[in-house]
Amino acid sequence: MIKTPTSFSVTRSLIGRSHWHPLEIVFWVAAFSTIWLFPTKYLILTEIAWLALFALSLDLILGYAGIVSLGHAAFFGVGAYTAALLAKHEIINEPVLALIVAGLVASAVGFVTSFLVLRGTDLTRIMVTLGVALVLRELANQNGWLTGGADGLQGVTMQPILGRFRFDMFGHNGYVYCLTVLFVLFLLARRIVNSPFGLSLQSIKNNPLRASAIGINVNLRLVAIYTIAAGYAGIAGALLAQTQAFASLAYFDFERSADLLMVLVIGGTGYLYGGLIGAIVFKFMQDYLSVWTPQYWPFWIGLLLVLIVLVGRERITGWTRPIRELASKLDWRAARKDGA
Amino acid sequence: MAIVLETVNLVKRFGGIVATNDVSLKVEAGARHALIGPNGAGKTTIINQLTGVLAQTSGKILLEGEDISHLSPHARVRRGIARTFQINQLFLELTPVETLGLAVSERLGHGGDWWRRVGSNPQVMEEVAELLERFRLTDVMNERTDVLAYGKQRMLEIALAIACKPRVLLLDEPAAGVPDSERQDILSAVAELPKDVTVLLIEHDMDLVFSFADRISVLVNGALFVEGKPDEVARDPRVKAVYLGEEAHV
Repeated sequence: MIKTPTSFSVTRSLIGRSHWHPLEIVFWVAAFSTIWLFPTKYLILTEIAWLALFALSLDLILGYAGIVSLGHAAFFGVGAYTAALLAKHEIINEPVLALIVAGLVASAVGFVTSFLVLRGTDLTRIMVTLGVALVLRELANQNGWLTGGADGLQGVTMQPILGRFRFDMFGHNGYVYCLTVLFVLFLLARRIVNSPFGLSLQSIKNNPLRASAIGINVNLRLVAIYTIAAGYAGIAGALLAQTQAFASLAYFDFERSADLLMVLVIGGTGYLYGGLIGAIVFKFMQDYLSVWTPQYWPFWIGLLLVLIVLVGRERITGWTRPIRELASKLDWRAARKDGA
Repeated sequence: MAIVLETVNLVKRFGGIVATNDVSLKVEAGARHALIGPNGAGKTTIINQLTGVLAQTSGKILLEGEDISHLSPHARVRRGIARTFQINQLFLELTPVETLGLAVSERLGHGGDWWRRVGSNPQVMEEVAELLERFRLTDVMNERTDVLAYGKQRMLEIALAIACKPRVLLLDEPAAGVPDSERQDILSAVAELPKDVTVLLIEHDMDLVFSFADRISVLVNGALFVEGKPDEVARDPRVKAVYLGEEAHV
């Protein structure tokens, strides 16, 4: 095939989407170095890891496909209960396998409920997702014989990861486990959003009318990403259930879904790191502010949100864009591309 | 000549208003067919029914003899109908490269691939490059669409429809709103459309219609009024009356 100069630069700009920015490498080196740097902080680090995965899941639907949800905790809860039940009843003793099953179960619930979010405005989607989470929470509440009801699912004993690494009392193995799962699923998400499928999601978010006018089956794509994101949320919930050896109705709570949206808005949507950075900021604020002012820490989170809205104006979810554009200027590959 | 696109007694009602009134339109293969008519005659409503954005109240739409009246918009694109919009409908956060890459890989059946990196298919890259050159978009290929000049956006609007390699192309006022300085680019892009593509043009601009079309249908109040060769339509006193009448009301 003859390569014209234009087709060469077309290839370069499209492939360039999935190039690793140096700051990304710095980010992940820093993330993994926390294992050795902060051995006394494993508990909060673990919380950050599963929250980051949970927020990454929301970013897949909100940041890429434009589906706003206030009930994402539905899938988190399903994944958490699945993992806890599998361990409690010794159906699947190996945590990684149980994690995968929990993700698949959450995906299945995501698939079934995805048809409810296909149509309608942001407001109808918010209501529908909210409703689904409420229904699932109540189902878990009513079926106490299975879930333990309001007391939560107790008496869960976790077996070692891969049959070798015990969930130790310091939380070391639990954290390494969560961080590794986050990293692997991040890599997968990164591949998905930089694929033709991922690009088509962005086109749907931008203009669903035109997306269908160039032959994209809009509904099918939305069902697919909603199902995938539900699986991610389920795995995040399963990580929490496994590291705590517990599951409770609070996993389905509206507050969890609302906090999640806040986490993602703080970090910014549509570039995959928003949920991760948001989780770090949110958990550290929660941790430090609640030591400093136990009752009033939500005040500061609230203030931060208001400031973000002021900075981002009508585009609150994309308020980090100027920062990201600055970051892209620091990329040596981008610099070389401009110079060529 | 073979009929490529045909509507049979097409009717669209919005409540009490009849927007499309029993329209039976035949478009021949390879034709440059213009659909004209005063404001509010229902031209865009017809395009929206042809592409499946609106469901017809009654009647049928045939593409090469096959009934496509009940297919979804994306399925009709796969069958070979593509369109442009009167008001640009673009992906504002994407670049022209990404926009066209999307359409081409969709057409080649790779649009749903999630395991493959964007930009890894040489056939898509070649086609995108060719489209960028043909529609004079190479200089802005990596700019976000929302910062492009209006004329460039208009070119992308047409390029995006062409990227679907349609057998029938529906152009909804391609030159609408384009400043004079960029108008010529649009007109030549339209004139250079491949001959094997059948074009149905909706246009207000009579210069463009008469320089481009080899057949003209006039739509008034949702119904087909006159149809014929450009010179026949131009001479028709009823058409003159409609247009003069319209102007008299302005």
